[in-house]
Amino acid sequence: MSSSGTSSIALGGGSAEAAAAKSTSKRPKYSRFTQQELPACKPILTPKWVILTFLVSGVVFIPLGVICLFASQGVIEIVDRYDTDCIPLASRDNKVRYIQGLEDKRCNRTIMVTKTMKNPVYVYYQLENYYQNHRRYVKSRQDGQLRSPKDEHDVKSCAPEDTIDGEPIVPCGLVAWSLFNDTYDFTRNNQKLPVNKKGISWKSDRESKFGINVFPKNFQKGTPIGGKSLDPDIPLSEQEDLIVWMRTAALPTFRKLYGKIDTDLQAGDTIKVLLQNNYNTYSFNGKKKLVLSTTSWLGGRNDFLGIAYLTVGSICLFLAVSFSVLYLAKPRQLGDPSYLSWNRSAGGGR
Amino acid sequence: MAGPSRRRRRLHLSKIYSYTCGKSSFQEDHSNIGGPGFSRVVYCNEPGSPAAERRNYAGNYVRSTKYTLASFFPKSLFEQFRRVANFYFLVTGILSLTDLSPYGAVSALLPLALVISATMVKEGIEDWRRKQQDIEVNNRKVKVHDGNGIFRQEEWRNLRVGDIVRVEKDEFFPADLLLLSSSYEDSICYVETMNLDGETNLKVKQGLEATSLLLNQDSDFKDFSAVVRCEDPNVNLYVFVGTLALEEERFPLSIQQILLRDSKLRNTEYVYGAVVFTGHDTKVIQNSTDPPSKRSRIERKMDKIIYLMFGLVFLMSFVGSIIFGVETRDDKLKNGRTERWYLKPDEADIFFDPERAPVAAIFHFFTATMLYSYFIPISLYVSIEIVKVLQSIFINRDIHMYYEETDKPAQARTSNLNEELGMVDTILSDKTGTLTCNSMEFIKCSIAGTAYGRGITEVERAMAVRSGGSPLVNEDLDVVVDRSAPKVKGFNFEDERIMNGNWVRQPEAAVLQKFFRLLAVCHTAIPETDEESGNVSYEAESPDEAAFVIAAREFGFEFFNRTQNGISFREMDLVSGEKVERVYKLLNILEFNSTRKRMSVIVRDDDGKLLLLSKGADNVMFERLAKNGRQFEAKTQEHVNQYADAGLRTLILAYREVDENEYIEFNKNFNEAKASVSEDREALIDEITDRMERDLILLGATAVEDKLQNGVPECIDKLAQAGIKIWVLTGDKMETAINIGFASSLLRQEMKQIIINLETPHIKSLEKSGGKDEIELASRESVVMQLQEGKALLAASGASSEAFALIIDGKSLTYALEDEIKKTFLDLATGCASVICCRSSPKQKALVTRLVKSGTGKTTLAIGDGANDVGMLQEADIGVGISGVEGMQAVMSSDIAIAQFRYLERLLLVHGHWCYSRIASMICYFFYKNITFGVTVFLYEAYTSFSGQPAYNDWFLSLFNVFFSSLPVIALGVFDQDVSARFCYKFPLLYQEGVQNILFSWKRIIGWMFNGFISALQGIS
Repeated sequence: MSSSGTSSIALGGGSAEAAAAKSTSKRPKYSRFTQQELPACKPILTPKWVILTFLVSGVVFIPLGVICLFASQGVIEIVDRYDTDCIPLASRDNKVRYIQGLEDKRCNRTIMVTKTMKNPVYVYYQLENYYQNHRRYVKSRQDGQLRSPKDEHDVKSCAPEDTIDGEPIVPCGLVAWSLFNDTYDFTRNNQKLPVNKKGISWKSDRESKFGINVFPKNFQKGTPIGGKSLDPDIPLSEQEDLIVWMRTAALPTFRKLYGKIDTDLQAGDTIKVLLQNNYNTYSFNGKKKLVLSTTSWLGGRNDFLGIAYLTVGSICLFLAVSFSVLYLAKPRQLGDPSYLSWNRSAGGGR
Repeated sequence: MAGPSRRRRRLHLSKIYSYTCGKSSFQEDHSNIGGPGFSRVVYCNEPGSPAAERRNYAGNYVRSTKYTLASFFPKSLFEQFRRVANFYFLVTGILSLTDLSPYGAVSALLPLALVISATMVKEGIEDWRRKQQDIEVNNRKVKVHDGNGIFRQEEWRNLRVGDIVRVEKDEFFPADLLLLSSSYEDSICYVETMNLDGETNLKVKQGLEATSLLLNQDSDFKDFSAVVRCEDPNVNLYVFVGTLALEEERFPLSIQQILLRDSKLRNTEYVYGAVVFTGHDTKVIQNSTDPPSKRSRIERKMDKIIYLMFGLVFLMSFVGSIIFGVETRDDKLKNGRTERWYLKPDEADIFFDPERAPVAAIFHFFTATMLYSYFIPISLYVSIEIVKVLQSIFINRDIHMYYEETDKPAQARTSNLNEELGMVDTILSDKTGTLTCNSMEFIKCSIAGTAYGRGITEVERAMAVRSGGSPLVNEDLDVVVDRSAPKVKGFNFEDERIMNGNWVRQPEAAVLQKFFRLLAVCHTAIPETDEESGNVSYEAESPDEAAFVIAAREFGFEFFNRTQNGISFREMDLVSGEKVERVYKLLNILEFNSTRKRMSVIVRDDDGKLLLLSKGADNVMFERLAKNGRQFEAKTQEHVNQYADAGLRTLILAYREVDENEYIEFNKNFNEAKASVSEDREALIDEITDRMERDLILLGATAVEDKLQNGVPECIDKLAQAGIKIWVLTGDKMETAINIGFASSLLRQEMKQIIINLETPHIKSLEKSGGKDEIELASRESVVMQLQEGKALLAASGASSEAFALIIDGKSLTYALEDEIKKTFLDLATGCASVICCRSSPKQKALVTRLVKSGTGKTTLAIGDGANDVGMLQEADIGVGISGVEGMQAVMSSDIAIAQFRYLERLLLVHGHWCYSRIASMICYFFYKNITFGVTVFLYEAYTSFSGQPAYNDWFLSLFNVFFSSLPVIALGVFDQDVSARFCYKFPLLYQEGVQNILFSWKRIIGWMFNGFISALQGIS
C-alpha cells in the first residue's frame, strides 16, 4: 500500500531550463534508442531482390565448388585394405584365434603408385567399426598422470586398467592399453623408404599434455595384453604413436597418422610393404586399411565441400531462373494484403 | 480551510452533523462483543500492564517483504524449483554428481546455478527495495504517551496495543487508532484516505463526546484509562464494532471513531488516539492482497511446448537406452573372448556390464535424459523475464505515450503481459473518464420549463456532420479544443438571459433563485479560499459536483464556507440588489450512491424553514415528484431528452419543504440507522431516506458535458481497422451512449443498430400494475425474443458485409447475462462490429468481461479509470487504467496505465504488435536453437553406439545455453521490429497477426522445430 508513494525521479527534463522549471517532470527523455527509432536495415524481399540474390549466390558458389573439387581431386590417395588378406588362408575361418596366437604375423603387401605423389606423403592406418568414442573408453584415461609424474598415482578414472599389483600403470586406462600395434616398413625398388615418425602428433599435445619427464611404468604388464608396448626409457612426450592414439577419434571409422614419407613417389613405382599384422580388429569385425595420401591446400581428399558448393549453387541458379520466369509470366502487386494468410481463408478479404 | 486561527475555535458540539453517531443505542452487533470474532481487549494507556501483556498482541512492525534474511535462500529456492523445468535441471544436476553423468558435474550445475542465481538476484533486489520501504515506514516517529502526561517521540515499530499517541497535522496514522480527541472542540478531524481507497476528498471522523470532554491536552492523559472491547482484526474497512468502557460506563464505538493506518490527518492540528490494531492486524494491511497474477496465453502455450520437449527427451532416451542395452549385451564374453575387447567389458562396472545389460540400459536411460537435457531451454524463463522487463522500459519511456498536461508517462505495471497487448481481440471500455475527459462542463440547464444555454457540444457537432455533412471533418483536434475551451474551468455556459444577474428579470425568477440556491447548497464540496485574491475554488468528490458549485458561483450564488453544520454562500438580494451572505444550517446529508442515483441535503434556511434539496437521475427523480410539483414536468422531460441526445449528463433538481415533526421523526430513525453496524444497515438507511425523498417539487434540470478526449474517434477508427472489436460499457442513458458512440466513431451512419431494451409498452404497463415475478418473466421473454430477432437479422445479412451495432441496456443485460441466455447474447454480440452496454453497473461490467473472455476464448482488454471499473480490469486478460482524474484505484488494479485513451492505439498497434512478434519469435528461436543443439547430440550418439558420450566439450555444453546462444535471442526479443512503427499505423490490419496468433500457432512452432532438426542434420553431416 505504501508503495503507492510518489516517486519523484526525474527521468527527463532535456534542457537545463526545462529541468529547472519542472525538476520532477516525468517526461521520458528523447533518444532514438529509447524511442526505438534506431536506423535499421529491413530488406523487403521483392522479386527483383530475391532473384538477384539467388543469381549472385549461384554465380559465386558454382566456381567455388569447381575449385574445391579440383583441389580435392588433385589429392592422390592409395588405400589398401589388409585385414583379411594378411591372414593365412588356413586361419581365415577363425581369424581371432590367429591374431591372438603367437606365430609370426608378418605380411607382405604391394602397392602400385599410379600418379606421382609429391612429398610429404602421409601414411595413415584406418580402422573401421572401432568405437574409440565409446563413453567407457573415452573416460578411461588420466590426463594429469600423462602430464606430470607427481600424479602417477591418480588412476581412479582408469579402471580396470589402473594398477597392477597395487602399482599404478603409466599411462593408465583403456585408451593407452589398446594402443595400435601394427607396423609398416616400405621398400621401393629394394630400397628402404624411410618413414618419418617425428612430428606426427599435435605440437600442443607433445609440449603440454604429455610430460617430458613421464616415463611408461608397468605398461602392458597385465593380461591380456591390449596393444603395443612402450619403451620405458623414452618419455611420453616423445612417444608420438601413443600421443596420436590418445587423441580419441570422434567416429567409429577413423584414420590415424602413422608417419610421413619425405620423398616423392613416382607414377609406376611399386612399393612393397612389410607389415606386422598384430592388432585385433577381427573380434568385432573391424576393418584395417593402410592409406598413403598427399595433401592440398584444402587438406586431404574430400569431395564433400566441392559437391556441396556445386549443389547449392545450382539450386540457387535454378531458383533464380524459375523465379524470373514466374515473375515475368505472372507478376503480382507488392504488398497486396489479400495475400496475407489470415485474409486468404476469408476469401478475398475486406 | 485550516489555519492557526481555527484552533480551539468555539463551536457547538454538533450532534446533528451528518456523520455523527451520537449516543446511539447498543445494536445487536454490540452484544457479540466478548464472543468469538469479537475478542479483542485493549487497555488504553496501560499497554505494559499485566492484563495487557497477557493478551500478547503483535507489535507494530510491518513487514511487506516476501523473504527474511533467514528464509530468503530456502524460500526463494523452493519457489524456483516449483517450475518443472528448473526442477528437472535440479534432478539432472544431482544425478551429475554420480557416475551416471555423461559429463562433469560442473557442466550440469553451472548453467542451473547461473539461471537460479540470476532470478534470485532479481528477487533479492525487489525484496530489498521493499525492505528499504519497510525500514523507512517502521522508523517513522510518532509522539507516544509515556505514562506521566508526557509525550515523547517513538518509532512506529515500537508501538504497542493500548498506547496513546498524538498525531500532528499532515502525519500518517501509525496504526489503527481510536480517536479520543482532537484540536477541535467537538473532537472531529479530517482524514485523507487516498492510500486506502484512492479517493482524494477528505473524510470526517469524530471522537466520542465522553473522551473529548475529558482529554484536551497532554497532561490529561496522566491518569486516563479505559478499556476497549472490540472485533478481531478483519478486512472490512467500513465497519468497526466495539465498546469503550470508561469510568464504569460503556459507549458504543463505530468506524466513525477509528483512524486507519496509512491515512493522513488533514486540516486538523492534532489528534489523540489509542492504538487498537497494530502492524499486521491493521485493516489496511489485512486488506492488502497480492493482485491476481495473470499469465499470458503465450506462456501457457510455452509450457505445453516444454512438456512436448520432455516427451521428446524421454522418447529419445528410451530409444537410445534400448539400442545401448542391445549393443552392451552383445559384448558378452563368448568362447573366452569379448567382441569389443578394447572396452574390457568383462571387467566393466554396472553401467556397462554386458552380463547385466538390462540394468545398464536403465542406468543409461538416466544418463541419456541428462545428455539430452539440452532440449529443454534452461534459460528460457529468465531470458523471457529479462526481455519483458526491457520491453516494459521501452513502453514506459515512449515519448508518444507521455501526457504533458498531467505529467504522466505510460506505466507498465506488470511486465508479464506485454505480448498479450498484441493479441487483443476485444476491447471493453468504460465511457466516462476513458473515452471522455471527465472534466465536466456545465453547459445547459432547464429551469421552470425553459431551456437555457447556447453552447454546442461535440456530439451535436458530430450529429450535424452526420446529417448535414458540414465540413468539420478534417479539422485539427487541438483547434477544436482551443476554440471551445471555457473561460472558467468546468463552466461553458452562455446565455445572456440569466447570466450576470439578468435572471431576476425572467418571469419565473423565484424558481430560478431556488434552482441556483440548490446548486450552491446541495453538494459535499469543500471550498478553499485563496487568501490574496479572495477567489474561491472547490474540492469535490466528483467533477460533476464541482461543475455545479462553479456554475452556482458564476450565476452569482457563491458558496464560500462550510462548517460542521453550516453552509455559507453569498447571493444577490432580490429586493435590495446587494450581495448578502446567507448561512444555511446543514442538518443531514443523504449521500449519493449508485443504487440511489440521487443525493439530498436537509437544511434549515435563514428564515428557519426546513428544506429538503435533492438532485438525481431523471428516472428516479420524476417518480418522486409531488402532484403539485409536476408543473414543468413535460417540458423538462423534453429538454432532458434533448440534452441526452446531445451527449450530456443530466440531473433533475427538486426540493420540498419539510415539516418539523416529520423531520424529528426522520432524524431519529436516520441516526439510529447510521449508527447501527448490522448487515442491513445500508438497506435500513435506504428505506428511511426513501421515505423522506418524496413529494418533491420540480425545479429543473442541469446538463453537463463530458467532453470526448482528444483523438478518441481517430483511435477507435484505427483500432476498428485493425479488426479489434470495441465494446463500450457505460452507466449512461441509452441516448447519451448512442450519441457518444457516434461522436467517437464507434457507431457509423451506415451501421445497422440492433437495440435491445425493455421499454416496450407491454412491459411498461406490467411495471405499473403487475407483480415482480410477472415482470421478470415478461422481461426475460422479451430479451430472448429480441436477441433471437437480432441473430436472425445477422444471419440474413450473412454474406453482405453489413456492419451491425448492438446496443443493450442494463436491465436487459441482467437477463442477457443469465446462464441460459448468455450464449445467444454472446453470439449476437460477437457478430456485431460495435457493442454498447448502457446503464450497466460495475458488477455487470465485470460479468460482461468474463463472458467475453471465457465465451470467445480470445484476449480481452478492459480499459477504465474509476473505482467502478476495477472489477472489469481485474477480470480481463489485460487491464489498462487511465491515470486520470478519478483517483488511483483503477490504476492500482491495472496492468498498464496510460494517461489518455488515444495512447491505446500506439500501445496496441505498435508496442503490442512488436512485443507479440518479439516474444513469439524469441520463444520459437529458443526452441529452435535448443533442438538444433540437442539433435546433434542425439545423432552423434548413434555413432558412439549410444554409449552416452557427448559430442561437445564440457564447457561448451554448459555455456551454450546461458552464454553462447542467449544474447542473440535476447536481442531479438528486445529490439526486433518486423515492421517500423510507421507501417504499424499505416497498415493496422497487421495487428491481426497477433489476434489470430499466427506467429505462435502450432504449425509455426512445429515449423521452427523442424527447421531446427534440419539444421542439426546439416550440422552433423
